[in-house]
Amino acid sequence: MLQANALAGERAGQRLYSDVSFQLQAGDLLHVSGCNGSGKTTLLRMLCGLTLPAAGEIFWNQKNIASHRDEFNTDLLYIGHRHGMHSDLSGLENLRLSAQQHSSSAMLFSALEDVGLGQHLEKPLRQLSQGQQRRVALARLLLESRKLWILDEPLAALDVDAAEWFSQLLTTHLKRGGMAVVTTHQEASFISHVSINVELS
Amino acid sequence: MTYNLGLFASWQRVLKRELLLAYKQRNDILTPLIFFIIVISLFPLGIGPEPDTLRTIAPGVIWVAALLATLLSLSRLFNNELHDGTLEQLLLTPQPTSILIFAKITSHWLTTGLPLVLISPLLALSLDMSTTALSYTMLTLLLGTPILSLIGAIGAALTLGLRGGGVLLALLILPLYIPVLIFATGGIIAASNGFSAEGHLSLISAYLIITLIFAPWVTSYALRVSLD
Repeated sequence: MLQANALAGERAGQRLYSDVSFQLQAGDLLHVSGCNGSGKTTLLRMLCGLTLPAAGEIFWNQKNIASHRDEFNTDLLYIGHRHGMHSDLSGLENLRLSAQQHSSSAMLFSALEDVGLGQHLEKPLRQLSQGQQRRVALARLLLESRKLWILDEPLAALDVDAAEWFSQLLTTHLKRGGMAVVTTHQEASFISHVSINVELS
Repeated sequence: MTYNLGLFASWQRVLKRELLLAYKQRNDILTPLIFFIIVISLFPLGIGPEPDTLRTIAPGVIWVAALLATLLSLSRLFNNELHDGTLEQLLLTPQPTSILIFAKITSHWLTTGLPLVLISPLLALSLDMSTTALSYTMLTLLLGTPILSLIGAIGAALTLGLRGGGVLLALLILPLYIPVLIFATGGIIAASNGFSAEGHLSLISAYLIITLIFAPWVTSYALRVSLD
């Protein structure tokens, strides 16, 4: 269970939002909405423990994430604006060297096939398009079974097919008792599964 | 589901990834080494070819060039990772960050410090160093360049993403490099004059042990602050 108590966020000394509280149970999807500059990314980074809250606390299974970082990180998968992939390495190398669990080559191949990159296994990421790089980053969702997904604009640069594929993946994750925190500006079918909406203004 | 990656295994995995990356970016890796060779080769041209003068200045020249070459390579340590988001992912890994940082520092030394150690005999010969001085140059570089990578990582983490970070990095790091420079050149000079260099070497080793223990930990803390 992810619990946020009276969170406040700042950027460059300016208060962006305050008193954000919610509780996320197994199977819940939290959607963070708000206009540009309202602090969506800041809030997501805060939930990962990358940014310290200006006020408030975050608990994962009743334990403060600031003091139980390793335990929290075992359950967390974060994909931010930046893909978190080395552009000089191929998709295959990136996935193999970033996976926490041992994945066989067959699993890596099939994950990349699933995201539609079966043709570009060995190409360095910088030779792929933005959307294709995004797909490689999202392939991590297939390989690592983590309870909590925190995804910042997962649909950015994705085409309609890939967005639909992602929606299905997210829905399955929720059905299995996973949790997710997502921001998006695009229309997507997973929006119907949103259980909590946090609007930043 | 289990995450049974031990400390050594996670160190090894990050090291493997870093070395693979270094291999793919090998042009960047060569820059400090070429800089090191060029700087040292320029001294005989500028000062004149008298063997006595060259022999006197050789330890200082080689060591100052090694400091500057390392400094040149430090921005590479975290900058790319900052921009592609892999640094965030490193901090979100379940293993202790300092172990992963230590792997990055190890790879930095293997690709920057170690090549300097290996090329140094050749450059020492070009400065007409004696065999004793040459072997002590290699020895002090072998003990000293890991310190340069370790301390450099702290500086690189602290100045990450700052404008004008390069100058700040030099101001921050060079004072901490000075003890290495003094003990190393002192040791080479003592040995080539027939005295014992044991004291100098012990002091460098002590400095190495202290930085080995503290630098990865301080660096991971500095990275968290820089990424906040």
